[in-house]
Amino acid sequence: METAIKVENIGKKYIIRHQQDQYDTLRDEISNKSRKFFLRVFGNYRGNSAAMSTKEEFWALRDISFTIKNGERIGIIGKNGAGKSTLLKILSRITEPSEGRAIINGKVASLLEVGTGFHPELTGRENIYLNGAVLGMSKKYINTRFKEIVEFAEIEKFLDTPVKRYSSGMYVRLAFAVAATLEPEILMIDEVLAVGDVKFQKKCLGRMEDVSKNEGRTILFVSHNMAAISSLTEKCILLNKGEMVAFDETNKVVNMYLSTCMFDDLDSKDGNYDYTNYERPEAKINLKNTKVFFIGGKILGNDDNSRNIFQEGEKIIFSIDFKVIKKVSFFELAFGVKNMLDMPIFSVLSDIFQLELKPGEYNTKIIIDPNYLRPGEYNVGLSMYAPDLQDGMKNAMHFTIEANPESYNNPHWSFSFLGVIKFPYFWEKPVRIK
Amino acid sequence: MKEIKKNITIIKAGKYDRQYLIDLWKYRELFYFLSWRDILVRYKQTVIGVVWSIIRPILTMIVFTIIFGKIAKLPSGNVPYPILVFVALLPWQFFANALQSSSNSLVGNAGMISKVYFPRMIVPASSIIVAFIDFLISFMILIILMFWYRFVPDWKVVTIPLFLILAILLTLGAGFLISSLNVKYRDFQYIVPFIVQLGLYISPVGFSSDIVPQKWKIIYSLNPMVGIIDGFRWAFFGTQSNYLMLSIIFSIVIIILILFIGIWYFRKTERTFADRI
Repeated sequence: METAIKVENIGKKYIIRHQQDQYDTLRDEISNKSRKFFLRVFGNYRGNSAAMSTKEEFWALRDISFTIKNGERIGIIGKNGAGKSTLLKILSRITEPSEGRAIINGKVASLLEVGTGFHPELTGRENIYLNGAVLGMSKKYINTRFKEIVEFAEIEKFLDTPVKRYSSGMYVRLAFAVAATLEPEILMIDEVLAVGDVKFQKKCLGRMEDVSKNEGRTILFVSHNMAAISSLTEKCILLNKGEMVAFDETNKVVNMYLSTCMFDDLDSKDGNYDYTNYERPEAKINLKNTKVFFIGGKILGNDDNSRNIFQEGEKIIFSIDFKVIKKVSFFELAFGVKNMLDMPIFSVLSDIFQLELKPGEYNTKIIIDPNYLRPGEYNVGLSMYAPDLQDGMKNAMHFTIEANPESYNNPHWSFSFLGVIKFPYFWEKPVRIK
Repeated sequence: MKEIKKNITIIKAGKYDRQYLIDLWKYRELFYFLSWRDILVRYKQTVIGVVWSIIRPILTMIVFTIIFGKIAKLPSGNVPYPILVFVALLPWQFFANALQSSSNSLVGNAGMISKVYFPRMIVPASSIIVAFIDFLISFMILIILMFWYRFVPDWKVVTIPLFLILAILLTLGAGFLISSLNVKYRDFQYIVPFIVQLGLYISPVGFSSDIVPQKWKIIYSLNPMVGIIDGFRWAFFGTQSNYLMLSIIFSIVIIILILFIGIWYFRKTERTFADRI
């Protein structure tokens, strides 16, 4: 297969200025230069120290090298600020690299944003031509695809209305519809699906699948949506703080990303968690106002040792500590497990404990035996009501299930080769009925 | 099987000049669409719309005629003062409008520049078109004015396109330079109105070059608009001053210089526009 993109040691450096406004002004430049000059003349100039302390080099990308073959579909993932967009911007020639080089073989179209160049005062019809031209399409080409664009965007009625009167949904639909008609050999897309309603997002994904799988184009796709990445791409690049951490099959890279990135604000190697200083950003809970809250958690195995790696089918005990500040007479706990794609696997509610709990610290356990989870990474959410929401954490615990080939010998388990969980079952031998 | 011709792009720090010209040609339709957008958008949500393009130069002409011709009583030879002023207003208004729009054009299209690749020179260049349309409208008004005053220019009027080209090149050069400087130093958005305001007083718009004292003529001619405006006047009225050739040569030299510096600086900073804008 022919090489579509070859990247060799690409790096991008930015100069960050501290304590300065976002634009350079002539005054800044002049005062900086004169300061340096004076420092040099009067002998106290120590190279880069005092005078230059307001500037700092920052490498948004460093030493990135990879090769992409024709027709490959590549995902780029990583946390915010990992350099994903910078990489796409370099490859689509919007900005130049500070070092290294890239060789691109084929016609490129990049879609870092839908609706680039849209003008609010112009009508939908006018904007189709304008946006098309911005994306590098000729008028002739747009003419041949015009009907298709309008149909895809579902805006026939509003074709001659200025787009400033459009709803945001219509706006995005139109913008994507124009972009969708691009027919480059190499397509680079940055997180454009984060817009529009679910129905339209599906339509966009479908269209992209069409473009990539059926029309055999090379695709580079940046997204935070792991489901989209998994379904659209075959290989993935994982970036972290400007460095390429992995370039491998999508499944592997996605797992790696999710297990390393998702839980780093609450990481525990030994399955022991302390929630006393943990912020609860999702639940917007102020611990000062609650009567009862979580203070810690443990994941225990059969041996009563805390850890966060378990085997398929193994017994898992979730031990949860909470503190009662004011007397509660009625409370309920909720426990849920999600997989790496943020998909809920199961959730349970405690019985409504009609216990009178006096102020103090308490422990409760959820015992799962056996676990029906397939190998992978999981994350536990907890919440507590008494009777209204008292405390809640989306990522309270994290654990890994490892494949255990021995468990496949168990006739009730076997091994399920598809699906999100396993299931105990029994398969009867075929019997002759006629 | 037929071999498909591939376009290979090499991306690295530094230059890819040869590709630039090819890209400029490839994106010529974008030039057209951006100008078309500017023209369409210009008078949206105004009541009298395109009539503004007619009213503005006429009002300026009236004000100048009254101030310079009637109150200051500056000489105009045997040419009606309104026409003398209007002929100079044509290139001047073009220069002033085009410079203002092109110097803000990169910053004004920041969204596009940080999200899509295309040769950036298209942006300041296409923003000149609106001013050019205004120029054509004003030109029609001038023709009507000449009918009104029964003024018939001689053959020299066919040289007008040459002076117009000079004005376009000047605006392009200054536009490239200032728009790219403006990306990094937003000071220039305040400097341009000042250039335009000051330029009006040191260019022979409201007056004729003949009233400029001899000893100042050389310095006065360093302003490239002097050659262009005097060229316009010469083409219409045949007014011949000793310094006409000098000021035109000065203009040409300075315009080439500005154009060269403008393109050089623009190309030098172009690849960092997306980072700075």
